[in-house]
Amino acid sequence: MTQKRIAPSAVFWLLLGAVYFMLPLLTTFLFSLKSNETGKCCTAANYGWVIHNGDFWHSLKISALLAIETIVISLLLFVPTIYWVHLKVPRLRPVIAFLALIPFVVPPIVLVVGLLQVFKSSPQWFYAEPWGFLAAAYVILAFPYMYFSLDAGFRSIDVHTLTEASQSLGASWPTTLVKIILPNIRAAALAGSFLTLAIVMGEYTIANLAAFHTFPIFLQLVNETQGFPAAAITLLSFGITWAAMGSLLVIGRTRGTRGALVAGAR
Amino acid sequence: MWLPTVPFFAYTIAFLFLPAGSILTGAFEDAAGGFSFVNVRKLFDHPYIDAYKTSIEISLVTALLGAVFGLLIAYSAVRDGTPRWIRSGITTFSGVAANFGGIPLAFAFIATIGPLGVLTVFLREHGWDPYAHGFTLPSKTGVEIVYLYFQLPLMILVIAPAIDGLRREWREAASNLGASQLQFWRYVGIPVLMPSMLGAVILLFGNAFAAYATAYSLTSGTGLNLVPILIGANYTGNVLNDPHLAQALAFGMFVVLALMMAAYIPLQRRAARWAK
Repeated sequence: MTQKRIAPSAVFWLLLGAVYFMLPLLTTFLFSLKSNETGKCCTAANYGWVIHNGDFWHSLKISALLAIETIVISLLLFVPTIYWVHLKVPRLRPVIAFLALIPFVVPPIVLVVGLLQVFKSSPQWFYAEPWGFLAAAYVILAFPYMYFSLDAGFRSIDVHTLTEASQSLGASWPTTLVKIILPNIRAAALAGSFLTLAIVMGEYTIANLAAFHTFPIFLQLVNETQGFPAAAITLLSFGITWAAMGSLLVIGRTRGTRGALVAGAR
Repeated sequence: MWLPTVPFFAYTIAFLFLPAGSILTGAFEDAAGGFSFVNVRKLFDHPYIDAYKTSIEISLVTALLGAVFGLLIAYSAVRDGTPRWIRSGITTFSGVAANFGGIPLAFAFIATIGPLGVLTVFLREHGWDPYAHGFTLPSKTGVEIVYLYFQLPLMILVIAPAIDGLRREWREAASNLGASQLQFWRYVGIPVLMPSMLGAVILLFGNAFAAYATAYSLTSGTGLNLVPILIGANYTGNVLNDPHLAQALAFGMFVVLALMMAAYIPLQRRAARWAK
């Protein structure tokens, strides 16, 4: 006795959900079309304001470069470690998994308080630069996403056979890692990278407390001063999340990597 | 043998364990650096104890509402009769919406139910002004409405696989034996889902409890008295400036999260008893 038609209660809850989730996006879009001088609809002036704003491009560039730096450092940190653990010391796996999960339960506000305390007297090139302090913190935030993406990738390939085959043909460790292992876990590495991108592009807490001028900080500044252009940037920010998550789904479909998890920028 | 894992462990110690350790020790130091309970004891005074109460209340309310409504939406999306595209659409959207937190989220709601928001203006023009009835966006209710925007999708993502585990055969077996819809849920559906539900509530609680940017942006850095906001105020520097107090507040957040975990483990064991 299979029910063929959609149940009325399902329609009710789905519609309610749709209204709750769509309304804020719709109103933000309406706001973004209003003129900043008169408050009337409809003009594209807010988008023009954003595009011609130097601070916008500057902060967006900082956040994008930070995201790339964070992705590179986390890959350098995790790929060799997970490879080695899978190959030689499988009993370390639960330890690494546990450590990688900790940042998921430590609130960013707590992490940044600790980091500021520990590194307050570290050299200026580290403490006062986003490329030092902030990137170091973001790598920690990326831990769970990077680890679980990569671990799933390594589990889906036969690390032992690939390594033996490569080495019996005379390849060195670095050659094996770069030419044999890396291409096989590419989809997993990309999935972890897109999640990391989404986190870094939206992260506000740590950047604010450590006083760095990233993209979300710029958005909050505009929020406080210019309502309608802020709507345009908000939509853009949502678009970045969409793009990152959309790319993730496309990879997931082609390679069977596990789908999107949450990357919080609360 | 261990050598290639050293960089990872070194990084974890430097940027995770040292900061955590500095909070644990710093919370118990006075301004001169000596051992003292003065800051931890302050947590039980106003306004700090109130901040914990508000933070815990908002986290509990949004975790429970998120769990209930998230379950209803997820179940509506995956049950028989709902077209497949709705299911995949909701999963995709939840992946995005669960990540749509912080400053942009706060703004989207200011544009909707802020004092000049589209929905507020619409309601006002139709004779019912929420702001005349005591509603404001930077209030407990306001923050809860906004937090649900990332709580619900997280719940949907977490619970959908568990709902898939509810087999259609069980439903049919129950109804063949004469069980009503209500009895099916009371004796089969809810007990099967309970362990996943409890885990999800804990996850949602932690998610809301840690949130800073959304509340900060909604309240413009002041207004609502929440623990993360109080910690932030110590660094962005207008009101107070006492690192040891901030560390004590952060330590308090650890304690609350640890207590939640401690309450969760026996509950989880009880709820999963049938699975043995």
